[in-house]
Amino acid sequence: MNVGTWRMGRGTNTLAFVLAAPAVVVFGAFWLLPMARLAVFAAGGQLGWAAYLAVVTHPRYLESLISTVVLSAAVTAATLAIGGIAGVFLSRHRFPGHGLLVGMLTLPMAFPGVVVGFLVILLAGRQGLIGLLAQALGAGKLVFAYSMTGLFLGYLYFSIPRVLLTIMAAAEKLDPALEEAARSLGASPRQILQDVLIPGLKPALISAGALCFATSMGAFGTAFTLATRISVLPMTIYTEFTLFADMAIAAAMSLVLGAVTWLVLALARNATGAGVAAAA
Amino acid sequence: MTPRDPALAIRLEGCAKTFADGTKALAPLDLAIGAGETLAFLGPSGCGKTTLLRLIAGLDSPDPGGRVWFDDKEVTPLPIERRQVGMVFQSYALFPNMTVAENIAYGLKVRGEPRDRRRTRVAELLAMMRIEALAGRAIDQLSGGQRQRVALARAIAPRPRLLLFDEPLTALDAKLREALRLEIDGLLRKLGTTAVYVTHDQAEAMALGDRIVVMNHGRIAQIGTPHEIYHHPADRFVAEFVGLMNHVSGEIRDGWLHCPAGRIPLDRETAAGQGEVMFRPETVCLAGTGETHLKGTLAASFFLGDRTRLLVDGIGEQSIVVDVVGPVDLPLGTPVPLRIQSPAMAAKGST
Repeated sequence: MNVGTWRMGRGTNTLAFVLAAPAVVVFGAFWLLPMARLAVFAAGGQLGWAAYLAVVTHPRYLESLISTVVLSAAVTAATLAIGGIAGVFLSRHRFPGHGLLVGMLTLPMAFPGVVVGFLVILLAGRQGLIGLLAQALGAGKLVFAYSMTGLFLGYLYFSIPRVLLTIMAAAEKLDPALEEAARSLGASPRQILQDVLIPGLKPALISAGALCFATSMGAFGTAFTLATRISVLPMTIYTEFTLFADMAIAAAMSLVLGAVTWLVLALARNATGAGVAAAA
Repeated sequence: MTPRDPALAIRLEGCAKTFADGTKALAPLDLAIGAGETLAFLGPSGCGKTTLLRLIAGLDSPDPGGRVWFDDKEVTPLPIERRQVGMVFQSYALFPNMTVAENIAYGLKVRGEPRDRRRTRVAELLAMMRIEALAGRAIDQLSGGQRQRVALARAIAPRPRLLLFDEPLTALDAKLREALRLEIDGLLRKLGTTAVYVTHDQAEAMALGDRIVVMNHGRIAQIGTPHEIYHHPADRFVAEFVGLMNHVSGEIRDGWLHCPAGRIPLDRETAAGQGEVMFRPETVCLAGTGETHLKGTLAASFFLGDRTRLLVDGIGEQSIVVDVVGPVDLPLGTPVPLRIQSPAMAAKGST
């Protein structure tokens, strides 16, 4: 092929269009159309377009929305703290069994939510290890698998591996001389964390955090296995859909779930100045 | 300016380093660095020079038994943050989340110096390194040479008692390297701070070091002034690593080495017998009408501008390298008579 033509404006444009076409078709067919259909569908129930309003004003729906956001935010914060520390440690230190440990830590990524829920029940359910242990110690039966704590634990369990891997990859790329330079200038470990490590890992922390938050917002399997008392948004959608057959509300909630997730991520991104950091 | 602390003298006693995987990076060694001295560690990669620097810096600790002294205070257990050293890295290691001025001020900031004192000191350093215009710039907007200037200013800002350089110019191109080398030299002279400079570039070591420590395989091969290292290398490794060296073997007798191509004068009385001598390319010239020591044939000639480098065959096992001033207009294959201008060294043990 003639390289000269490729350099010319028209040639490049045509080529770009041809290359982009499949992506445009897939985007249109599997994102734009279903989303538009969903948006319209949500307005086709008894409430009409007011379905959207109902989702964010009705106490039961609103409570579900808020608890989902709070839970996801808490899980994200805890995961970033735990995964961040563990990730930096694992990328810095090599010891016998290092590979095996990383493999074991990332194993939960393959588990479906139901399995994660089951593990939480095994740990903190009615016949759970913690309950039995507490009973043996005379502290009464401790059961928190079916509460917010149980959900938090389950979400944490499947979130950590993803964050861990992202942070490890980023920490390995961080120039160790940066930390040594800070030490030579007299910086304390806390100052190094604040001035070198966190800024250096910021892009990774933000993308890992976003992934973690979005996954938590939409997690269903774990909640389904555990939820007896709490209703996170995906559960509420499921209930509306199957139990009450209110598909319009279910559709409206789905879109609100997506919109809220996007909004929170956008706000977090703005607040941390990720735009600049990610571009640099 | 606050009065300057007297320069620091450093002493290492029996310092060895074995890495966690069992690699012996350094054999036990003793070393003394005089107050205000600039010592260059020179050697090929993997010779242990960076490990030795890290022991002095406090980034690594020596194997048990090794001790590091700063003046008469033992600092072996002290980590780098408590040794008052300034360090300059090959990768610059500037903080990308801070501006040039913030980078320079960092050491003062973590020590809790008040803001106005910091500002004065930063201005002083920006002027000293002639980078005033860059004060507000982000690090990724700087060129390599500018980055190393900032790194230098950052290391000097808290007035360290010892400056450590870990191949600071390796990542720069030749011309910039030369310019910055001169600048570092001037700076070290002005500050009078004791400094250790690690490099694998012999020209850098010769230009900057008051003394040079040539290292090989985790051992010190020779310590000496640039002059001593160049003219009296302790062994074949040092001779080969620093500059170019010719080797000719033959029979030594009466202060000369005799070989089929002629004879070479020796710099000292050497026991008679089979032996080998070494001499530098610039100590040889074309004999012309004067006394001729050696005869060979011209194998190649390279015009280098200020001099011409000739390769002459038929004398040693390998071609003899001869540097002569100015151009040489001889066809290849011509017989060339050579004269050794300063006596050659008898080669000692080889590595």
